[in-house]
Amino acid sequence: MVDVAFQPNRTAAAQSGRRRVGLRNALRRKSMSAFLMTLPLILLIAILVIYPALYSLHLATLNKAMTKFVGFGNFEFLFKRETFWLVVKQSCIFAISAVIFKALIGFIVAHFVHNVPANKQRKWRGMLLVPWVIPPAMSTLAWLWLFDPSYSAFNYTLSFFGIGPIPWTGDAMWARFSVILVNVWYGAPFFMIMYLAALKSVPEQLYEAAAIDGANWWQRIWYVTLPMMRNIIAITTLFSLIVTFANFDIVRILTAGGPLDHTHIFATWAFRVGIEGSDIPLGASVSLFMVPILAVAAIFILRDITKRGNES
Amino acid sequence: MSRKKLSRREFVAATALSSAALITAPYVRGAYAAGKLSMGFWDHWVPGANSASTELVNEWAAKEKVEVQLDYITSQGNKNIVTIAAEAQAKSGHDIFQMPTWWPQANAELLEPVNDIMDPLIRLNGEVNGTVKYLGQADGKWLGVPASVGSQIKGPCSRIDLMKKYANIDVQEMYPAGSPPKADNWTLDTFLKAAEACHKAGFPFGIGLGETSDSVDTAGAIFQSFGAQLVDAKGNLTVKTDAVRQSLDYYKKLLAFLPPDVSAWDDASNNKWLVAGKGAMIMNPPSAWAVAKRDAPQVAEQCWTHGFPAGPKGRFAPYLPFFWSIWSFSKNKEAAKSLLSFLSQPASIEKMVVASGGYDLPAYEKLTTLKVWEEIGPPKGTLYHYPNPYKHQTLSIAASPAPPKVAQQIYFQATLTKMCLRYYQGEAMEKTLAWAEGECEGFMRS
Repeated sequence: MVDVAFQPNRTAAAQSGRRRVGLRNALRRKSMSAFLMTLPLILLIAILVIYPALYSLHLATLNKAMTKFVGFGNFEFLFKRETFWLVVKQSCIFAISAVIFKALIGFIVAHFVHNVPANKQRKWRGMLLVPWVIPPAMSTLAWLWLFDPSYSAFNYTLSFFGIGPIPWTGDAMWARFSVILVNVWYGAPFFMIMYLAALKSVPEQLYEAAAIDGANWWQRIWYVTLPMMRNIIAITTLFSLIVTFANFDIVRILTAGGPLDHTHIFATWAFRVGIEGSDIPLGASVSLFMVPILAVAAIFILRDITKRGNES
Repeated sequence: MSRKKLSRREFVAATALSSAALITAPYVRGAYAAGKLSMGFWDHWVPGANSASTELVNEWAAKEKVEVQLDYITSQGNKNIVTIAAEAQAKSGHDIFQMPTWWPQANAELLEPVNDIMDPLIRLNGEVNGTVKYLGQADGKWLGVPASVGSQIKGPCSRIDLMKKYANIDVQEMYPAGSPPKADNWTLDTFLKAAEACHKAGFPFGIGLGETSDSVDTAGAIFQSFGAQLVDAKGNLTVKTDAVRQSLDYYKKLLAFLPPDVSAWDDASNNKWLVAGKGAMIMNPPSAWAVAKRDAPQVAEQCWTHGFPAGPKGRFAPYLPFFWSIWSFSKNKEAAKSLLSFLSQPASIEKMVVASGGYDLPAYEKLTTLKVWEEIGPPKGTLYHYPNPYKHQTLSIAASPAPPKVAQQIYFQATLTKMCLRYYQGEAMEKTLAWAEGECEGFMRS
């Protein structure tokens, strides 16, 4: 005889109860709730960033007709093209010089704004952020009119001083200068606002101690301000480097890569080759070429930040 | 149970009958019984020109009981070609897409052949020119129906007064409204002398040497006038030839008489040049004249659109056709073909040309003498010779006759204008040719 009747549902019921408790506990955990709350964003990034990135990797391995897998064939082809190396060189010149000037101008202007009396700072911050909040496609159109080959407002003004006309977008050197100038104008306010935030977080006591030690203005900057801002400078530089390398609209609107391809950067040349030239795999390969360059920069900068974090 | 056996003869007859019935069957009609059809048409520059297309589409839709969705997609910022690329990748989107110049060939494998409607249309409207065949046909397969909307010739638009005063050329006499051109002396040499005279007088010709379409098209026509090709029809490199050298030498002379900033010009620069009254000639369809009519009427009434100067190998004019193509993934191909056939009837074409103020050019030879070009002004007859009514110039596109997929690269990389600029800026001829040869080699990858 069996003393206890077999109850097939009992184990299942106990398990489901345990599962409910487990789920409740899991939900109670902060990390789980945080994960669930960020899940929509994670999904959005997966759809809008990860999928296109993987798809462009796939495209870069196809032949021009997109019928055959060619592995690294597109990259091998690019490495033999003179124009490609011109684009690599220009992208580096464009991004590095623009980031240096943006950082420098941002740093100087942040100091000026920091020294403005607190009640007037908001006005200055608002005004100085204007270039950054206007969509670059729109503001670059205004710059295009200022640089217009035949009706440039700059040349008109310079003509009163007997200068010019300057071929702002018609000469290779001037065209490079023009696209970098517009990029600096657009991006410097971002550096300014980040540096201003960093400046405000530097404890006043450090400056007081430096003053007691007899430090002059330059020494206060060099030994107090800059070390305290190092991390924010590094992060801002990395972020801006990525965005500037991937820039498209400013160059596309202002020069479309001309004259003689001397202002093309990765994104504009990828568009020219991939969309206008109907060679999408080659266009994808051009745009993917920035990834290793930026990855190396990111590794160095982030490693430096982590090292300093560990030291402190 | 007895079962009648089907003989071979009966089977063949039944198959032939049912095939004939399917082919000749009238299009099924009911309240939207014929399904849905979506179109991506080019958004016209000319205000009000889209409305003619919309009316025609709606008229057809009401008659055929098809539900239509019509989107006008601008070419500003290349939005139309970006959309083509996206739809080609996704294999989904509109049923019909109005594609510019090179795009039917670039997407040839994804387009429905339309020979069944093109053959009757050619019989009805007349033959199409060589450039339409070059861009619209692949291996005998029509990749689209030539659209009159947006198709254009980028010939000279001259200032009557300035050309007469400074170059001693009466463009109205050379290209009289209502009668054939008397342009035997209108050669590249005469053109160069006129450019020099107008430059000296302070009204230089406004011909760009940038990397956009207008600049490339003019260079293409001049190269072809010398018989210069960078890649021939069979795909052979033909950069290092005397014809190419002659073209570069000619351009070097011409550039000395153009505004100093032409290397930075885009497609708007020449229009502004004409409308501002700064030059005696530009190479453009009548859009610049139309803007002048609105903004600078005193300039517009002195404008005359006419033929290209002839070179040693003939008279070539840049021609850029649009095509209405049906994607192979369209779910309603029969309705799409029915619509395209309707839009290509002479009455429909005339309606669209009139709505565009004469800007649009039908590809068919019987439709180049519509009343609109005769009557429109001021001055009356200014566009009479715009559609090439006497076929006295060969309509061509830059980089042809290279295989279209190679030519598209030459065109969009602006290899021709870059060569001219390099040579003009002092680079040795052979170095420029070697650079161009390297570029063209790269364009041939498959």
